[in-house]
Amino acid sequence: MIPYPFTYHRATSLAQAQALLGGSADAKLLAGGQTLIAAMKMRLAQPSDLIDISAIKELSFIRAEKDAIVVGAGTKHFEVATSDAVTRAIPALAELAGSIGDPAVRHKGTLGGSLANNDPAADYPAAVLALGASVKTTKQTIAADDFFTGMFATALDDGEIVTGVSFPVPERAGYAKFPNPASRYAMVGVFVAKTKDGVRVAVTGAGPCVFRVPEMEAALAKSFTSEAIAGLAVDPSDLNSDIHGSSEYRAHLVTVMAGRAVAAASHG
Amino acid sequence: MSVVSLTVNGKEVAQETEDRTLLVYFLREQLGLTGTHIGCDTSQCGACVVHVDGRAVKSCTMFAVQAAGSEVTTIEGLAKDGKLHPVQEAFRENHGLQCGFCTPGMIMTAVDMIRRIPNLDRATIRAELEGNICRCTGYHNIVSAIEDAAKRAAGDAEGKAA
Repeated sequence: MIPYPFTYHRATSLAQAQALLGGSADAKLLAGGQTLIAAMKMRLAQPSDLIDISAIKELSFIRAEKDAIVVGAGTKHFEVATSDAVTRAIPALAELAGSIGDPAVRHKGTLGGSLANNDPAADYPAAVLALGASVKTTKQTIAADDFFTGMFATALDDGEIVTGVSFPVPERAGYAKFPNPASRYAMVGVFVAKTKDGVRVAVTGAGPCVFRVPEMEAALAKSFTSEAIAGLAVDPSDLNSDIHGSSEYRAHLVTVMAGRAVAAASHG
Repeated sequence: MSVVSLTVNGKEVAQETEDRTLLVYFLREQLGLTGTHIGCDTSQCGACVVHVDGRAVKSCTMFAVQAAGSEVTTIEGLAKDGKLHPVQEAFRENHGLQCGFCTPGMIMTAVDMIRRIPNLDRATIRAELEGNICRCTGYHNIVSAIEDAAKRAAGDAEGKAA
């Protein structure tokens, strides 16, 4: 499959990337390309210019701070999955990164690319939302609760580039995913995090955009056990329904995966 | 159009190509390296796996211009001086193939996983093969071949250390 023609640019600094992005109305950033290139091959996307930001060194880092792990937007899933710093502080985050796609995809795909694209079935949005992370951009810092605004939609403005994410270190966290047997994308993925401020539960794959489940959060704050949420279910009327599964099926999976995520967190 | 300069299987290459040319087409059609296969063309099947700067990637989901300045290794670059790479040898001895279409990608993925992961067990090998599909469903012998090659690689490393 061959995409529409475009002009390729390789940026070596954020400033250069921003200048190139401002120079064309239909330019797109190219990070790992594991979603964008597939969409271009299907001719679902037709950027006039691609600005490759994968060579920008300042975007690729993992830094352990006192109460947080900070990951550069250009950091590959493979690097997060195998990072000692991430595994020590937030093992569920390393596990999540190691469950995205397959090894070859993880060698290319990036944190920033996943967040800026905000695919309804992407894994990272669940971790960012459940951990109450902050998304850093070239303009501002955006709280996770404000970042994901809808299907493939975020709070990012035109020309604004994600530079990194600060993940607060939780007391416990767990992620459980039911992958689609063919595509391996999350049919439902649930990330559960317990912090000193409470419990947050974020669901990906089930709806048009990652979302929290306040009823489960309240129940888990009282008792952080799978049993505490076994009787709670999300409303299927807001969930996706397609050839892979009905909304009722997905609603059922949310409770099951949330229970497994809590169990995984309890062992962590 | 851009002139893309890179190293492929140890040789420097510079060729003009369209920016939209995928790496797999560049390798196959411009360089004549047809060992890298196109299976699904949607980054699911892994028949197109090559190494870019030492890491396994799907060459159908990367543009050739992105590889400018990089070192690319394809299945043709594994054998040295007419002698099969140990992973190729293990696939031959364990009959790790049926029709052979997925084999180049399987072997490039296997070389990458053996390099990254010490003490590979069968469950880990199967998990690492997530992105490589064999439609003959001949996974059993593929896993055996990779297990065998991994053990030999570990033995070689010990031999060198001693």
